[in-house]
Amino acid sequence: MTNWNDRISPVVKSVPPSGIRKFFDIASEMEDVISLGVGEPDFVTPWSIRESCVYGLEQGYTSYTANRGLMELREEICFMHKRRFDLDYDPKTDVLVTVGVSEALDIAMRTILSPGDEILIPEPCYVSYKACATLAGGIPVPVPAKAENDFRITPDDLEPHVSPKTKALLIGYPNNPTGAILSKEDLEAIARFAVKHDLIVISDEIYGDLTYGDTKHVCFAGLPEMKDRTILLNGFSKAYAMTGWRIGYALSNPDIIAAMTKIHQYTMLCAPITAQIAAVEALRHGEKYMRKMVSEYDKRRRLIYDGLQKAGLKCFEPKGAFYIFPDITSTGLSSEEFAEKILMQEHVALVPGNAFGECGEGFVRCSYATSIEQISEALARIEHFVNHL
Amino acid sequence: MRELLELLKHDARRPAKELASMLNISEYEVEEKMAKLEKDKIILSYNTLINWDKTGENTVTSIIEVNLTPQREVGFDAIAERIYRFDEVRTVYLMSGNFDLLVIIEGKSMQDVANFVATRLATIEGVTQTRSHFLLKPYKKDGIIIEDKEKDRRLVMSI
Ligand SMILES: Cc1ncc(COP(=O)(O)O)c(C=O)c1O
Repeated sequence: MTNWNDRISPVVKSVPPSGIRKFFDIASEMEDVISLGVGEPDFVTPWSIRESCVYGLEQGYTSYTANRGLMELREEICFMHKRRFDLDYDPKTDVLVTVGVSEALDIAMRTILSPGDEILIPEPCYVSYKACATLAGGIPVPVPAKAENDFRITPDDLEPHVSPKTKALLIGYPNNPTGAILSKEDLEAIARFAVKHDLIVISDEIYGDLTYGDTKHVCFAGLPEMKDRTILLNGFSKAYAMTGWRIGYALSNPDIIAAMTKIHQYTMLCAPITAQIAAVEALRHGEKYMRKMVSEYDKRRRLIYDGLQKAGLKCFEPKGAFYIFPDITSTGLSSEEFAEKILMQEHVALVPGNAFGECGEGFVRCSYATSIEQISEALARIEHFVNHL
Repeated sequence: MRELLELLKHDARRPAKELASMLNISEYEVEEKMAKLEKDKIILSYNTLINWDKTGENTVTSIIEVNLTPQREVGFDAIAERIYRFDEVRTVYLMSGNFDLLVIIEGKSMQDVANFVATRLATIEGVTQTRSHFLLKPYKKDGIIIEDKEKDRRLVMSI
């Protein structure tokens, strides 16, 4: 018998499967389970965006587009960055429309990493970062962010992990899984660090529109001298509830975008035209719907933040994305034990913090992208669980 | 205040405890604010949106365009009052355009409603013309889609 496993490339073998999966298989078999596990909006894409795509299909827009994406969409992306962050990107040379931020992450890493190059990845973080770096032939260097800093990364955290091979830094704020954001001052410190070590910065700002209270998202590329050094990634999945459309984009200097376009051209050709048409509508007319969803998340955020504390779990107030990251060490359980027990006993699905890096141990990720009713019920169950250990 | 109203508009039965969490104030403050909104007649009532079709109860709704001759001193208001005082009348709006009042009436049967229009409404002094339209099927009311087929369709996935 052929052992097909032996034929799989060692690099691919070295990448572990996502740790989020484990519990979902059990959860999907259970009735009355409340899932705080998924990282996607419970909203359906706003109707005007869906309708524009339907209209586009009726008009016969079913072809490939330019590799870099529809000019209209690239222009809207640039207008938006000019308007919101006073950033000047040229739609002809500085933008690449991708199949979600996922593709953008992949090709950004493949573009800048040579074999053996190191990329600093603050943890806890989105599960794809390290895998993409490894698959690109680079070496991901995890940098634990400190819980006592509410998981905000600082140059002091990063400095000990720098080596002569360090080529890049990947930051993702507002953060999945912690809900942490970085202030302008925090980001300026990171910018100085990047200049000091001459690093390229990949900034995944997919949750940039999802910030709450009086906090406003600061675009890393908008900091002085950061624009050319930064590969700014963003997309429509979270803010516009468009996860299934698969559409995002990268912004950077013309050389990097041209190089990324080369990979994109040969491996993806272009992002789906249907999603591109919808994205144009989202940028032209979708902001009010987006704001409405954000204000809805904000109410849920306050409800869950309050509820988890009342249940006796310590947590810091998340200011972005739609996750909260409570500390469960007071229960004496590990993250995985906590997640497994609460799923079995109370039918609440959440994700153990160590799925996002070792320093996430002792925490669990709860997504509040779910209805108020479900959140209230989940909170009651969590409280019951914690009080009956 | 606006936030509290928005929350109540969506679901008036939310417990004060939940509202307090979401608004970042105490339960006591929520209750106080609501009492004041009620007292100031900003909150007029807490209604329930019912899909009567599903209950098997028959109700008939008629939307009636009414033309009036305005009266000296009081304009349309006095006639409007004579109309909106009837229990059968659910809604009355003063309109711009081809007619003056939009009146919504609920009754047990078409006969019932037609009778009301002919004997009570059309005979009020100052009412010059009425045009009735019977409502066949509600699709959306007060921002709520009556039979919403869209539900949480998120699938199990691994990231
Ligand atoms: C931080 C982060 N980046 C990127 C993605 C992937 O986004 P997209 O749907 O645009 O590929 C996710 C999705 O969960 C995410 O959480």
